[in-house]
Amino acid sequence: MVDEGGRVTTLEAPPAMEPELEGEHMLINLGPQHPATHGVLRLVLELDGETVVRCIPHVGYLHCGFEKIGEYRQYNQIIPWTDREDYLNSPGNNVAFALGAERLFGVEITPRCTVLRVIAMELSRIMSHLVWLGTTCIDIGAFTPFLWSFQERERIYTLLEQWIGARLTTTLTRVGGMGADIPDGWMDGLRDFVRTFPKTIAEVDRMVTRNGIWVGRTIGIGAMTGPDAVNAGLSGPLLRASGVAYDVRKDFPYLDYETYDFDVPVGTSGDVYDRFLVRMEELRQSVRILEQAAARLPDGPVNVDDARVILPPKSKATSEMESMIHHFKQVMEGPRPPIGECYVAVESPKGEKGYYFVSDGTPKPVRWRIRPPSYVNLSAIPRMVEGHLLSDVIAINASIDIVMGEIDR
Amino acid sequence: MGLTARPDRQLVSVSPQSQEGWVTTKLDFLVNWGRANSLWPMPFGTACCAIEFMATAASKYDLARFGMERMSFSPRQADVLICAGRVPFKLAPVLRRIWQQMLQPKWCISMGACASSGGMFDNYAVVQGIDTIIPVDVYVPGCPPRPEGLIYGIMMLQEKVKRERMSDERLRDELEPDPASKLYIPPEAIDELSEPFGNSVHQTRSGL
Amino acid sequence: MTAPLVVPGSADPASTPATLRAIPHRGGALNPTADRIKSQFAEAFVRAEVIWGETNVYLRPESVLDVVRYLHDDAQERYDYLSDVTAVEYRDLELPLQVVWHLRSLPFRRFLRLKAELPKGTPLSVPSVFSIYSGADWLERECYDMFGIVFEGHPDLRRILMWEQYQEGYPLRKDFPLRGRFSRSEQLRQALAAQPESRYSMTELTIADAFEDLPLEMRQRLAGGEKTGE
Repeated sequence: MVDEGGRVTTLEAPPAMEPELEGEHMLINLGPQHPATHGVLRLVLELDGETVVRCIPHVGYLHCGFEKIGEYRQYNQIIPWTDREDYLNSPGNNVAFALGAERLFGVEITPRCTVLRVIAMELSRIMSHLVWLGTTCIDIGAFTPFLWSFQERERIYTLLEQWIGARLTTTLTRVGGMGADIPDGWMDGLRDFVRTFPKTIAEVDRMVTRNGIWVGRTIGIGAMTGPDAVNAGLSGPLLRASGVAYDVRKDFPYLDYETYDFDVPVGTSGDVYDRFLVRMEELRQSVRILEQAAARLPDGPVNVDDARVILPPKSKATSEMESMIHHFKQVMEGPRPPIGECYVAVESPKGEKGYYFVSDGTPKPVRWRIRPPSYVNLSAIPRMVEGHLLSDVIAINASIDIVMGEIDR
Repeated sequence: MGLTARPDRQLVSVSPQSQEGWVTTKLDFLVNWGRANSLWPMPFGTACCAIEFMATAASKYDLARFGMERMSFSPRQADVLICAGRVPFKLAPVLRRIWQQMLQPKWCISMGACASSGGMFDNYAVVQGIDTIIPVDVYVPGCPPRPEGLIYGIMMLQEKVKRERMSDERLRDELEPDPASKLYIPPEAIDELSEPFGNSVHQTRSGL
Repeated sequence: MTAPLVVPGSADPASTPATLRAIPHRGGALNPTADRIKSQFAEAFVRAEVIWGETNVYLRPESVLDVVRYLHDDAQERYDYLSDVTAVEYRDLELPLQVVWHLRSLPFRRFLRLKAELPKGTPLSVPSVFSIYSGADWLERECYDMFGIVFEGHPDLRRILMWEQYQEGYPLRKDFPLRGRFSRSEQLRQALAAQPESRYSMTELTIADAFEDLPLEMRQRLAGGEKTGE
């Protein structure tokens, strides 16, 4: 069915060529080791021929006890673990954790740190969406966008390596500031990336968005209605493609996101094609935010001047007694927050990512809870795949954009 | 005092190389060259290392120049199992079964700290090194290893493959982990060993 | 594109959300929902407090479902989004176990934390909110897996992150050591014996076409919850 604008809206199934055969249902095990499950996910599918009648997902194959370990580490020591849970969005997780810990400590960060964190979060969003793009294209059959998106990722890796020393698992933030300030000339590299990246988006767009195979494999597949999606606790591009404009950056802002000029793309039908369009548009909007952040980066210190949480500079720690004591206490014991709890949520590329801290006044948290967006998003997959074909299961799974590290923690 | 009698030892060592003729040596060279330059990887990618593996396979660090661009997700068609990422206990039987499904000749690269030793996850959920489950040929340290590091590990594996000899009869035997080996340490002993390195297994200084 | 169906902030279109600054440790503004819960559910309400700008409402465990249903359905509350279900155990082992629900009202842009305290020594169970939020499914399963808290009314409460025959206990409890209770070799042995992929549950097995061919006695045993391979 084609609308007035020439855009394909629905596809009709071709006429049945074979007589209806009575058959029994088949039990198929997809995973946990599978190229297209985006990690170690196991889906048990009941198939009637090629059509999925029921889907039972099994997770936990990457459960590594993150939340348990968090109770045995000081707050700054937990930050490397936040890299590894959603490993596609490492800088974003680092920022989210630092925001939560700073609220727990009652510490306000500097203006320069605020803008640098916005840059980190948006670079992280671009990185994550690029992996999603590359792997989704491979799953549906297009290999080249994978190479293009990883080439762009390499450019971001170079920027992050210049900043903090690591490519993927960055450990970018500390409670009260950042691990390091950006080096000289780094902003030129960022501006260069921001200037040339839209060309890659446009190239992938030209190749994929109106491609007959792509459209045929993604339109009408795996749709969720808006109210169902809200009730299921979905978030991120998955929820926005179903028509609900919930974005944590707009509705519960942090890091001065309300002062940036950007749009939040919202879909209509919630199918795989809409999710694809929403994420492609988010890439463009992230570039917009990066341009604004690059323009407004203020000078000044990047770490807050609070000796309770931030290590004093080495020159002072080795010469002044007070700084030496602060350094000693922070390294040996760790910064102590007041008794309390807080929950801070950010908009990660997967959805509403939250960290819930409970503190009893000791340097190690009593409870560190990760609210995993992919976990809740994936729990809706049985509803999304019912009635679709086996190859659609792969497309739907790719469109949810899951990271097993975050799901299983 | 003085000189003690030298114990009667077998002084003759038999090296496989000395048992071979010219044809076998050349055949070895050809076979090993073929195997080393077309190692089809089975990417058992679980976590962050899998992303660095994908980056190594992508354009900038290109695994295709090593003959490894053909990722074989079916273990039946793979030569080298690259375990990239942490392996929890729930995944351990899966890894074992995948390894057993691979046909000889097969090798294993343990990529990253978590696959080699459990990495930063010294807890109830993670296998402390996949060499407790499957035999590993090359360990690549890093968290995650840089693509250059992984490529160095792959090249080490290629060296190992090229040094293989057909006359070595035990080469292609299936190795099973030895339950009597000293890897199996009870938790009290592990805690005692790690005490000097801080209280990373205690929630508070009082030892909870 | 047509207008979206559920609009965050629709109940208060004039509001402009902003980044929170200078949040007091205690004594911030109470979420108005807390007072309404107190007046409508006086027996269920235990206390409310504001920490770091977030309102915590403590309820009696057995009445959580009624309060949550009211919060979901009432036109003044409209807490349509369940963000999280989790639990907290304190290091002071005398303190009760707390079950925590994080609710969001998208139209009013509000956040509320509900808590229920389960004293140690009493059965650890709370009502499940699955009948109101379908997103509670896996969140409650994980809470059961990690803490051993039973959510009554949940259709399929079984372990999700650890394998179902996991015997070491509930990992996030404070009496569970970081490295687990068993030795490393015993953990490995149990993990290799668990083989979760070869144990199909009753739900999955009814699919397989050989089910009718199984002996009646075996089918009855499977219907009783036993798994294959045991």
